[in-house]
Amino acid sequence: MFVYAIVSLGAIGLFFGLVLAFASQVFYVEKDPKIEAISEFLPAANCGACGYPGCGAFAEAVVKGEAGISDCAPGGNDVASKIADVLGVSAAESTEEYVAEVACMGGREYCDEQFVYHGINDCRAAMMYANGFKACDHGCLGLGTCVEVCNFGAITMGDNGIPIMDPDKCTGCNRCKNICPKNVIRMINKKTKHHVRCNSKDKGKVVKRACKIGCIGCGVCAKNCPEEAITVEENLAYIDSHTCTNCGKCIEKCPRDCITDTLDFKTKALS
Amino acid sequence: MGDLLPIFFGVIFVNNLVLIQFLGICPFMGVSKKVDTSIGMGMAVTFVMTLAAVITWMIHNWILVPFGIEYLQTVSFILVIASLVQFVEMAVEKISPSLYQSLGVFLPLITTNCAIMGLALLNITNEYSLLESAVHGVGGAIGFTIALLLIAGIREQLELAKMNDLVKGISVAFIVAGVISVAFLGFEGVV
Repeated sequence: MFVYAIVSLGAIGLFFGLVLAFASQVFYVEKDPKIEAISEFLPAANCGACGYPGCGAFAEAVVKGEAGISDCAPGGNDVASKIADVLGVSAAESTEEYVAEVACMGGREYCDEQFVYHGINDCRAAMMYANGFKACDHGCLGLGTCVEVCNFGAITMGDNGIPIMDPDKCTGCNRCKNICPKNVIRMINKKTKHHVRCNSKDKGKVVKRACKIGCIGCGVCAKNCPEEAITVEENLAYIDSHTCTNCGKCIEKCPRDCITDTLDFKTKALS
Repeated sequence: MGDLLPIFFGVIFVNNLVLIQFLGICPFMGVSKKVDTSIGMGMAVTFVMTLAAVITWMIHNWILVPFGIEYLQTVSFILVIASLVQFVEMAVEKISPSLYQSLGVFLPLITTNCAIMGLALLNITNEYSLLESAVHGVGGAIGFTIALLLIAGIREQLELAKMNDLVKGISVAFIVAGVISVAFLGFEGVV
């Protein structure tokens, strides 16, 4: 009896083991060795702070170039520099600090509302009605969902309905960025000062109708930038933080006043 | 045929694995935050549960019973389910990388899904035939998917509702699960 048990269970185990071994040959998928190398450094907490489901997915995204090397908030600079070694990127780039910024200045005084919203005081709920009550399809709704999720008290709601980020308190954990239904929060290089504070990918005419200070994608800033750090994609200007020298020419030339150079992220008084 | 329909619908509604028999509660609570992921989980569980029901039946009736070693039931069934999940994971990764991506960590989690083990053991205790076991497996998986979809839909709405911090999140999900479970008690006696 005892022998039967050992033999049969062993046979079953051997059979399944062989099937699996065979299957692993048949279904072998080639993986980039860099992905495995990076996975080893990651904290393996699968916390999701990077915006990916787990550390494995993050490692893949980094190798593909979709995620930044310093996007792993729990890993911090140690992990970032190790990833930089694997990818062969300069370490200086890996120690960059990123902070959250609201890419919208269209507060109540500048941006119209399509209708009066009387629903749940939550941006995600407001999005369910015709993409929110703001006339601009990409603008900040300002109901403070990001304020609620911030664990570090870095976000306060401004009087004009646009959140104010505190870069000193912001740890770059991405929580507000991930929860924002309008995708209006983005991570910016802490050292670079100049940013386009607009998220509208609509054509200039549409932007003008909805908001007094939105980016119309005219490209004046790109033409006047001596470093050629500005590109216009999908009717929206974008400043490359690595080439920008903070000369401030774009601010002078921007006809819509949507470029700012302050890092305290308060909506500047527009002249 | 006469027995198959009652088994099929019975395990979906009357004896729903999750809501009535309380098997597989962990994926039920863990994967039911979004409808998308719960659909993916449902599909993966359907595949594994059906195959597991058939293979465990074969192992029990063709190997364990002839040798008189039924006490090895649990061990050998775990062996089957674990290797089946491994196999599915490898196959899905090769055949459909996009599905593999969307299922993510839930695929390996099926190994520890007690609904699958429970269903395999139920097949044996109820003395089902091979065909009946297969139908029982498909029905159980469909019932699992329905339960997952029901609570995922409700939880997506609950995310937005204002409520006391005490009950927000997983607590209210358990309360909702209890209410759905009570609702499913209404099916008792139908089949």
